[in-house]
Amino acid sequence: MPDVREAVAEAHRREWAFVLAATVRVAGDVDLAEECVQDAYVAALDAWARDGVPRRPGAWLTTAARRRALDAHRRDRTLRAKLPLLVESAEQLPPEAALPDDEVIPDDRLRLVFTCCHPALAREAQVALTLRLVCGLTTAEIAAAFLVQEPTLAARLTRAKKKIAAARIPYRVPEAAELPDRLDAVLTVVHLVFTTGHTAPTGDSVVRVDLVERSQELARMLHRLMPDEREVRGLLALLLLGEARRPTRTDAAGRLVLLADQDRDAWDGRLVDEGRALVVDALRGGRPGRFALQAAIAALHAEAPSYEETDWSQVVKLYDELLRVWPSPVVALNRAAAVAEAAGPAAALVEVDALAGDPRLAAYHYLPATRADLLRRLGRYGDAAQAYRDALALVRNDAERDFLRRRLGEVGAGLA
Amino acid sequence: MAQYMILIYETEDSYSSPEDWQRAMQEHGRFTEQVVELGGKIVGGEALEPTATATTIRGDVVTDGPFVETKEALGGFYIVEARDLDHALTIAKLCPAGGGGVEVRPVMDVSGD
Repeated sequence: MPDVREAVAEAHRREWAFVLAATVRVAGDVDLAEECVQDAYVAALDAWARDGVPRRPGAWLTTAARRRALDAHRRDRTLRAKLPLLVESAEQLPPEAALPDDEVIPDDRLRLVFTCCHPALAREAQVALTLRLVCGLTTAEIAAAFLVQEPTLAARLTRAKKKIAAARIPYRVPEAAELPDRLDAVLTVVHLVFTTGHTAPTGDSVVRVDLVERSQELARMLHRLMPDEREVRGLLALLLLGEARRPTRTDAAGRLVLLADQDRDAWDGRLVDEGRALVVDALRGGRPGRFALQAAIAALHAEAPSYEETDWSQVVKLYDELLRVWPSPVVALNRAAAVAEAAGPAAALVEVDALAGDPRLAAYHYLPATRADLLRRLGRYGDAAQAYRDALALVRNDAERDFLRRRLGEVGAGLA
Repeated sequence: MAQYMILIYETEDSYSSPEDWQRAMQEHGRFTEQVVELGGKIVGGEALEPTATATTIRGDVVTDGPFVETKEALGGFYIVEARDLDHALTIAKLCPAGGGGVEVRPVMDVSGD
């Protein structure tokens, strides 16, 4: 029995998106599909204990979930008439018999991802829907990951699913012409899941491993389904290179360790190699996109034998390119941090001060934190202390707050 | 096919001269052609007199002016038929809206069949 539970849990983790995506096609409605898939997983516990774990658990679950969806339609034909037809092609399955075990079930996971990340949905709804429908996280798990109340998160999901149905957001992969924009939204959502996990915005730990893992699974899935999309490669590379450094980002006491002080020997060489190979592919063939460029910067860091020996002028050049394709003040701030290494803290401070008035950075604690670091390195301890205090007023993550306090103490000692 | 309302929010001073009017009329004429070219259908629509002519009733209190005072005011609308939201958005992106933008809302299906 523990084996069966494990098999079901494993199938939940590996096959949820596939099963749900294939069921939406039959259900014609995301909500109904979700219910049927959940039922199928519950049924699997009994059935697999009785008959053994099937050879292809995903196919078994899909068949079971689709049968439930068809039953639901038969039970309530008026309901069926009202259901929006999300699926663009009206291809039908054999409605009566169960699907043979070896039938090829079309892979609808891309449709599901693009529906969840449709631009008509708010970003936070896109993220919640993706984690719920594609990753199979429970409402409680998503609420905990983003530190919102469960009822709030549940309401957000319900609203989004209602909009998908009422506004008829189609269940399809966008056409070539709109694909770049639509894909960018998908990648942004996956990256947001990663960054939320990588530097948890609040709480007492820097990293939320669960979200980091989910984001990687999503990126790997997208890469398998769209192997030719360079930005997908770039995103996967960026995530792998970030993950390679994870064990060294905090010390044994959970305190934040800066890139300069991280133990490079402890970086995961296998992930670095995989990430670097993807970067090479992502940069090839025309102007690279923003994820490929960010990954290229991460690769330069991963390749450098030490912080000092990093090719900083190349890092600055990549940031220049990144600013061209993605003019964001956050990118400009990161570029300034690289300028500090390539051309010294005084040159960087000019650039950081130029960003100070940008309202988009008003609540961004990395702006005063970067400024504080540059002032500290210039020996202007009084100004640095004030900037650390500004950063402390904005920071929400405990590990980062602890780091800023330590630095504030150091410049205070420098003043004395 | 489903129906969507395209609500046109405009700055009213973008129609101050007769030339502005003329141009807007041409743009809307072109838009109605484009809807057909895109495989959609216009099933309704009107232009509205400016908000200075609006009267608002809350409870039984009657007041002069629009329900909500905004820089961009509702200036007109279309009801279009489209396959799905993506189709409706493709159509709505071409809809003229002097100095403002448009909102797309699905029309509720209350037919019950």
